Amino acid sequence: MRVPVEWLRELVEIAPGVRGRDIAADLVRVGLEEEGIHGGQLRGPLVVGRVLSQVPEPQKNGKTIHWCHVDVGANGQQLTHGIPQEIVCGANNFDAGDWVVCILPGGVLPGNFEISARKTYGHMSNGMICSERELGLGDDHDGIIVLTRYFADRPDILESLEPGMDAIALLGLGREVVEVNVTPDRGYCFSMRGIAREYALATNVDFRDPADIEVPVATGPGFPVRLVDERPIDGRVGCDRYVARTVRDVDASRPSPPWMQRYLTEVGMRPISLAVDVTNYVMMLLGQPLHAFDLDLLPGDIEVRRAAPGEKLTTLDDVERTLAADDLLITGGGEILAIAGVMGGASSEVGPATRNVLIEAAHFDPITVARSSRRHRLATEASKRFERGVDPQIAPVAAELAARLLAEFGGGTIDSTATDVGEPQARSAFDFDVTHPTRLIGLEYPREEVVGTLRRLGCEVTESAGSPIVSVLAPTWRPDLTDGPELVEEVARVRGYDQIPSVVPRAEGRGLTHAQRVRRVVATMLANQGLVEVESYPFIGNGLFDVLGYAADDARRDTVTLANPLQDEAPLMRTSLLDTLLETLRRNVSRGMRDVAVYELGLVTRGSVPKGGAPILPVSSRPDPESEARLYAAVPPQPRHVAFAAAGLAQGSGPWGSSRGFDASDAVTWAREVGEILGIQLQVAAATMAPWHPGRCAAISLPDGRVVGWAGELHPKVLGALKLPARTVAGELDLDLLTEASLAPISAVKLSTFPLATTDVALTVDETVPVGEVEAALRRGAGPLLESLSLFDLFRGEQVGAGKKSLAFHLAVRAPDRTLTTDEVSAIRDQAVAAAARDCGATQR
Amino acid sequence: MSGPNTNYDPVEVAALDPVTVEAARVAALEAAASATTLDELKAARTTHQGDRSALAQANREIGALPPSAKAAAGKLVGGARGAVAAAYARRQRELEDERDARILAEESLDLTMPSGRPGLGARHPLSLVSERIEDIFIAMGWEIADGPEVESEWLTFDALNLGPDHPARQMQDTFFVAPAESSGLVLRTHTSPVQIRSMLSRTPPIAILCPGKVFRTDDLDATHSPVFHQFEGLVVDRGISMAHLKGSLDAFVQRLFGGHIATRLRPSYFPFTEPSAEIDCQCWVCYGQDISCRVCGGFGWIELGGCGMVNRRVLTAAGIDAEVYTGFAFGLGIERALMLRHNVNDMRDITEGDVRFSRQFGMEI
Repeated sequence: MRVPVEWLRELVEIAPGVRGRDIAADLVRVGLEEEGIHGGQLRGPLVVGRVLSQVPEPQKNGKTIHWCHVDVGANGQQLTHGIPQEIVCGANNFDAGDWVVCILPGGVLPGNFEISARKTYGHMSNGMICSERELGLGDDHDGIIVLTRYFADRPDILESLEPGMDAIALLGLGREVVEVNVTPDRGYCFSMRGIAREYALATNVDFRDPADIEVPVATGPGFPVRLVDERPIDGRVGCDRYVARTVRDVDASRPSPPWMQRYLTEVGMRPISLAVDVTNYVMMLLGQPLHAFDLDLLPGDIEVRRAAPGEKLTTLDDVERTLAADDLLITGGGEILAIAGVMGGASSEVGPATRNVLIEAAHFDPITVARSSRRHRLATEASKRFERGVDPQIAPVAAELAARLLAEFGGGTIDSTATDVGEPQARSAFDFDVTHPTRLIGLEYPREEVVGTLRRLGCEVTESAGSPIVSVLAPTWRPDLTDGPELVEEVARVRGYDQIPSVVPRAEGRGLTHAQRVRRVVATMLANQGLVEVESYPFIGNGLFDVLGYAADDARRDTVTLANPLQDEAPLMRTSLLDTLLETLRRNVSRGMRDVAVYELGLVTRGSVPKGGAPILPVSSRPDPESEARLYAAVPPQPRHVAFAAAGLAQGSGPWGSSRGFDASDAVTWAREVGEILGIQLQVAAATMAPWHPGRCAAISLPDGRVVGWAGELHPKVLGALKLPARTVAGELDLDLLTEASLAPISAVKLSTFPLATTDVALTVDETVPVGEVEAALRRGAGPLLESLSLFDLFRGEQVGAGKKSLAFHLAVRAPDRTLTTDEVSAIRDQAVAAAARDCGATQR
Repeated sequence: MSGPNTNYDPVEVAALDPVTVEAARVAALEAAASATTLDELKAARTTHQGDRSALAQANREIGALPPSAKAAAGKLVGGARGAVAAAYARRQRELEDERDARILAEESLDLTMPSGRPGLGARHPLSLVSERIEDIFIAMGWEIADGPEVESEWLTFDALNLGPDHPARQMQDTFFVAPAESSGLVLRTHTSPVQIRSMLSRTPPIAILCPGKVFRTDDLDATHSPVFHQFEGLVVDRGISMAHLKGSLDAFVQRLFGGHIATRLRPSYFPFTEPSAEIDCQCWVCYGQDISCRVCGGFGWIELGGCGMVNRRVLTAAGIDAEVYTGFAFGLGIERALMLRHNVNDMRDITEGDVRFSRQFGMEI
C-alpha cells in the first residue's frame, strides 16, 4: 500500500517537520513494514519558464528537435547572463508563449538523474523541459508539461505564474509517498482510513475517521437488486450486503479534479475518467471496492448469484473466462456483468457518454472472492481487499461519498432513494482474559492498559467487577480479531515489541542423533578424500530412467510427478542422487574443471502417490491414531543417500611421475571408506546394475548381505547420452541402512602383545575368479589368528598359463596367548591355501 | 712389539730426547691442522699417533729408563701425546661438522615444487553454516529434527492453520504432486511440517530445530532459488512466552555473529503464529554506524525471518493441550545467512554445484 503523506495529513495530525521516513518508522512499530519511500528525490533548480522561441530542426535520424529560448527569470544562463536559457527539447506539444517547467544544470531528477549543460544536436543545451513522467508526477510522457493546460482549472495559479518561480512547490514535488507492506490479516490497512488509524495508534495522536459522514435516510427503494445463493461456502452466502446508489445527469466526460488524480497517481493508480477515479479514490480512502455501472446500459434488475458451470464472461481485460459453479456473479436482466469482487465485463462499463451512473458498494464473502481470484488468476485491487475482509458497515458510507463526488465534479444529482439489501453476519462478542497478555508475552500489562488498548482499537469491552474475564466485541473493520491471542498481539504491539524482555528458555536435549552424526562424518570423510560436496536440484525428466538403462520394472522408476514443475521437461522427483549429481558433474566439466570429483548427501523419493492420495484431516483436534498412521503411510519413502561421481584425472602428471585417471576402483574405494568411517566392513562383489558398466560394477553390501548400493564405472552408453567424459565413475549408497548398521556399539578385541608372524602364499586361479573371493577363502581357511591379509602381486603370463592369473598375498598371524611356532604358522597357511583351493580352484605355485 | 730393555742406557735413547719429542709434537699438530679432509686426518693420525709414530716410540722407551728418570720422561711424553690426541679429536669434530653441513646443503630440496598429491576436497558451505547453526542450538539443549521433503499437504498447510482458502496460502507458490487435486502431497514449502510431526510424536517439553531443504516455485536468479534451506525452531512447554522467543533469538545471533548483537521484533502476520513478528538482527558489521555498510545497506538492521507464539489452532491440531502449554516458533533462511556472512552475491553460485564455489571455503566457517 502506497501512502501519500499529504493524504495522511488530512486524516491525522502530523507535525510539519515529520518526513516520510519518520512516518515509516512509526508504522513499522505497529506492524506495517516499510517497502520504500517515494518522491522527495527531486532536487532543483526546477523552475517555471516561458517559451520565447521554439525553432523546429529536423534531424537526420528522422526526429525533429526544437531549439528553444526560455525565459527562466533570474535563473538565466550563467555564461550569458541576461540571455534566456537555451534548451534543446524533443517534444512538440508546445509553442512559443507557453508556460513550461525547466530543470536547470545542477538539478537532479528522480532516479538520481543529474542534469548538466551538454552539447546535443549541434547546440549547447542548458537544462531540460520536463514531462510528467520525468518529474515522477504521472505516466504521461507524450509531451512536456504545459502549465496552461496542466492548471486549466486553477486560474488563480495561472495568474500567479512568473518566469523563474520555484516549480517544486508549485507542483507539490516535495511530496512523499511511504510504501508499506500490508499483511493478510490487516485488510483494513489497504485504505487510508486503516493506515491513518494505525498511525494514530502508533503515535498516540487523534484520528479523524473519513467514514464519519452522514448518510441520509433513503426515501424509498433504489435500483432493484436480488441476492440469491444456492451454494453458500461453509454456510456463508457469497454476498451478504449490496448497497446501490444512483446519480443522474452526470457529465462523465469531465475530468476528475487534479488533487484526486494526484492522490491516485501517488497510490499507484492511473487516473482514467471521472467515474472510475471517484470509485478508486473512495476505495483507497475507505477500503470499500466500488463499481460504477452505466445505468442506461444495464439490461435489467441486478441479481447476484452463483455461476452455472460452463457460463462465460469476457472480462475488462479482454479475456473470455469460463466460469465455475463457485464463482459469484453480478448479473443484470440475466446478462452476466461481473465476477463479484474480482472484475467486471465490458458491457455496462461507464464511458464518456454515460449520463446516469449506478454505484455498487457490496460486501462479498472473502473465501468466494479468493477462490474466483485464484481460479481465474485475476488479482485485482477489489479482490485483494475482499479476500482480506472489508468492513461490512462501510458500504453505505462509501456509496454516499462516491455519489457526492460524482455529483460535485460531474454535475449530477443523487437519487434520494437507495438500495441496501442483504444481512451482514452479526458480530459476536467473545471472552478475553486480561491476564493473558502478561502470560503469553512475558511482560507485565496492567488491566487498565489492556482494556484501554482494546478500546482505542475500536473494540467494545464489557467488564464485570472482580473478574479478569472481559467480553470483547471487535470493530467491524477488524474481522481478524476473533480470539484471545489476536488481542494479545494488539496489546503487545501497541506497547511496542521492543519492550519484550529477553529470557533464554531451559532445555535439556540429548545432542545430535546417531543418524545426524553419521551424515557429518561421512560428508567430512569424502571431503578429506578430495571430493567436493555439491547440491543439485531433485527434479528430473521423464526419459532419464530409459537413458540410465533401467528395466521396465525397475523399482527406481517408482516416484512422484509434480503437477506444476518449474520446467516441463523435468517433472519427476529423483529416485537416486546420481540422477541429478551427474548433471552437476557435467556442468563442472563443461566449465573447464575436467578433473573433478563431487559428492552429495540428500533424500531421494522411492515410491509414488498412494491410492486416494494423502488424507486431508480435520484440524479441530489431534488426528486419531488410525488417521495419523494413514497420513504417514501416504508419504512416499524418502531414504537418505550418499552418492559420488568423478571424471578425468585422479592425479595429473608432473615432475613427480605420470598421471592416473579416476577408475572404477576409486568409486569402490570411496564406498568402502564410507563403511570404514562408520566401523562397517562393507563387502564388495561383482554385479550387473544399470547405469554402471556391466563388467565394472560392484555391489556393496553389509556384512549381513544386505546390499546398500553400487559403485564402479558408468556404462559407456549412459556416458554418451548424458554427455559425460569417457570412464566417468560413480557410486551411491543408502545412508539410512548404513546408519542402522552402525548403530550398535563396536565391541573391542583385546590386543595381543605376542610377536607377529608373517608368511606369503602365491596362488594360481582362473582369470574369472575375483580377487575378493580368493581373499575371502584365505580368511576363512586361516581362521581367527589371521591378523591381516594383503595382495602384493598379480601376475599373468606363460608360466601361469592362458586364462589364469597368479596372486601373491602376505599373511600376518598372531595368537592372543603365545608366540606361534613355525609349524603353527605353516599349518595356518596350509589351511588358508586349502580353503582357496576348495572354494576358488586355486593351486599353490 | 719389543719389550722394555732394562739394560739400555737412557742417555743413548734418542727417542726420548726432549728436542725430538717436541719436534714430534709440533709435527703432529701441524699435520692435524693442515688436514683438510677426514681421510687426510686419518692418514696424519696414523703417522703421528700410530704405533710407529715418534711419540709412541718414545712412550714405549720410558719403560727402559731408570725409575728416577721415568717421572720426568713420562711427563714430557704424556704431555705431548695428550696435546696431540686433543688436537686430533678437535680437528676430527671440525671436519665432521664441515662434512655434515656440506651434506645437508647438498640435500636441500625446492619445497615450492608442487607435490602432485591429490588435495583435499571441500564441504558445501551451506552444510557448514547449517551445522554451525545446529551446534548453537544443541549447545542450548535443543535437539535437531528431520522430516521428508515430499510431504503431506495436511502437515504442510492445514495443520498450520493454512486452510485451503487462506490468503496466506497464496503467498507461497507451492509445487504440488500430481494429481494436484487428489494426491494430498506437496514439496514442503517450509520445514514446519517437521514441527507438526515432532509435536505429534513427542510430549512437552519440546525444544527442536528443524533445518532442511524447502521448495517454492520461484525461478532461479541472483536472489531466488526454487530449492533452498531453512531452519525453524520450536519450543513448547508450560509457561513459554514471547520473552523466551526473544531470548532464544538473541542467544542465537550472538553465537553466530558474535558480540552483543541484539534482535528486534516487528509486528507481523503468519497464520501459524499469534502474536507474530518479523525478526531483524542488528548489523554485525557496522552496528548501524556505517551509512554505506555493504551488509545492511546502511539500515543497521538485517531482516532474518519470521516468528511468533504458536497459534492455538496449530497446537490443537498437533495434539498439544493449548490450555496447558504454550510455545514459540521461528523460521530463518540458511542461504541468506550464508550470503550475508560470506559476501555471496549470486544465489546461483550456491545452487549450481560448481566445485570452485565450495573450494573457496575451508571445512569450518
